[in-house]
Amino acid sequence: MANEILVVGEVEEGALAPITAEMLGAARNLSTDGVACVLFGSGVESQAASAIAFGADEVFVVDDPALAVYNTDTYLQAMLKVNEQGGAPIILFGQTNLGRDLAPRLAFRLETGVIMDTIELAMEGDRLQGTRPCFGGNARAVNVVKTNPQIATVRAKSQEPAVEDSSRQGQVTKVDAGIDASAVRVKVTARSGISSEGIRLEDADVVVSGGRGLGGPENFETIEELAKVLGGAVGASRAVCDLGWRPVSEQVGLTGKVVSPTLYIAVAISGASQHMAGCSGSKNIVAINKDADANIFKASRFGIAEDYSKVMKPLIDAVKQIRGS
Amino acid sequence: MHIVVCVKQVPDWDIPPSSFKVDEASNKVVPPAGVAAVPSQFDTIGVEAAMRIKDEAPDTKVTIMSMGPEGARDAIKHSLAMGADEGLLLTDPAFEDLDWYQISLVLSTAIKKLEDVNMVVCGRQAVDWDMGVAGSGIAEMLDWPALTIGKEVKVEDGTLTVERVLMDGFETVSAPIPAVATVSNELGEPRYPKLQQIMQAAKKQVTVWSAADLGLDDSQLGADARKLTLEKLYVPVMDMECEFMEGDTPEEKAQNLARKLAEAKLI
Repeated sequence: MANEILVVGEVEEGALAPITAEMLGAARNLSTDGVACVLFGSGVESQAASAIAFGADEVFVVDDPALAVYNTDTYLQAMLKVNEQGGAPIILFGQTNLGRDLAPRLAFRLETGVIMDTIELAMEGDRLQGTRPCFGGNARAVNVVKTNPQIATVRAKSQEPAVEDSSRQGQVTKVDAGIDASAVRVKVTARSGISSEGIRLEDADVVVSGGRGLGGPENFETIEELAKVLGGAVGASRAVCDLGWRPVSEQVGLTGKVVSPTLYIAVAISGASQHMAGCSGSKNIVAINKDADANIFKASRFGIAEDYSKVMKPLIDAVKQIRGS
Repeated sequence: MHIVVCVKQVPDWDIPPSSFKVDEASNKVVPPAGVAAVPSQFDTIGVEAAMRIKDEAPDTKVTIMSMGPEGARDAIKHSLAMGADEGLLLTDPAFEDLDWYQISLVLSTAIKKLEDVNMVVCGRQAVDWDMGVAGSGIAEMLDWPALTIGKEVKVEDGTLTVERVLMDGFETVSAPIPAVATVSNELGEPRYPKLQQIMQAAKKQVTVWSAADLGLDDSQLGADARKLTLEKLYVPVMDMECEFMEGDTPEEKAQNLARKLAEAKLI
């Protein structure tokens, strides 16, 4: 039990969420005492085998209709039940809708510390070291929680998932959520997904993003066209979303989406740290910006120091020609 | 209705990354010379959220609370100029190097001491450490609900309703007050104080409380009481060697880029 790790799993559209597989992969590398995973929700038991295949030795299943939709109060109650049973000294959450709300609440309830939004994890004896971006992405902090359980949230795509192995064996333990309805104060009254057409930004292999330098929302047409030609998704800087030129769902950055595509094309984006915090994990960054000294070029493999409006059309034409479309 | 907004004074975040420096020996940020500290961006959005409630219900009292050195007074004054009613500065050498558990303890203790608070508003995260947990911490220590990362905050008939920003959409949640709300930039721009408001705010008294006023001492605020430690703070190296496209015209450069991308098997 000295460094057993409990991964708080999530199920998305009937499958184990990629972040959960990534955390299980990280936990396998870090723990010498086993990896447990907890799955909350309604009808999630079928995903236990998947969690085992990705690296869990034990899966706690908390299956309750009251957990079908995330609610701080119900999930906190259920999480406390699992903690009583498992008692793992290290608990990992994804830096997701669930993790960023529940991880701090759990930490304060258990009178312990939490390291949010880690991008690197390491063990130093029985202590988990979490490295996280801070100061708007300008700095990195390495934190340690002195008390147990040590709680951390993990940024999507910062860890490598283990290879799925369906022959792995593990134990499945059902835990009764036993929700005390009288202690549930929060009500979730409506939920709306932003229906973004095409590929999900965070899953896309190619992302083409536009910044304030485009001058106006109408100029995003060229960003959309390049993204379409490359089979990619459209992203935007925070300034652009704050101005209402693009929906918040397209915001790439510290407080928006964190993307790590193979190819990230930044058009008329200066590369403020806030934005880089959301795209610096990209395998290849290409920048088009009229200012040759723009920060974005310091993170770019290829660059064009020109006004975007003179570059985009010939670029789209050339890409079309190469791709034969 | 009495709303407390937590506002933190931070180093100006809107500086070129090249002027951001860390003293790695002390694990502290070195603020660039001549750049004034500012209220954390999400916190002034918190003030805006409280003022929108006060716009609808003018008998609402809005108190700005800041924990920090004497300089945090500037963040309070700015928020008072936005229309808030009262200022409360929590300052003490013992507050200087706290972790988030201790920060939440100080803030929640002050809220308890105020006695009549119905609602607390915080930014989703302070733009220095970007941790994003204080709102939940305050709520937990007060045994209140916390509705986090809101783009719209409303109070009606004793119920707080927050439209939350999710990674893939929005969610409307509600809870009875007293409760905590944290807010995000999607709420909209904070109002800009008028000159007359700035002059009025400058004259307003700010209440000052120390650790002793809150009944807190070294056993709660000392280094031994920290749950979290900072092992290291550093600036990540950005050392990509960017290959700028050559060409006599933008068209030629664009064509060269397409060719390079194809050669690298990226398109």
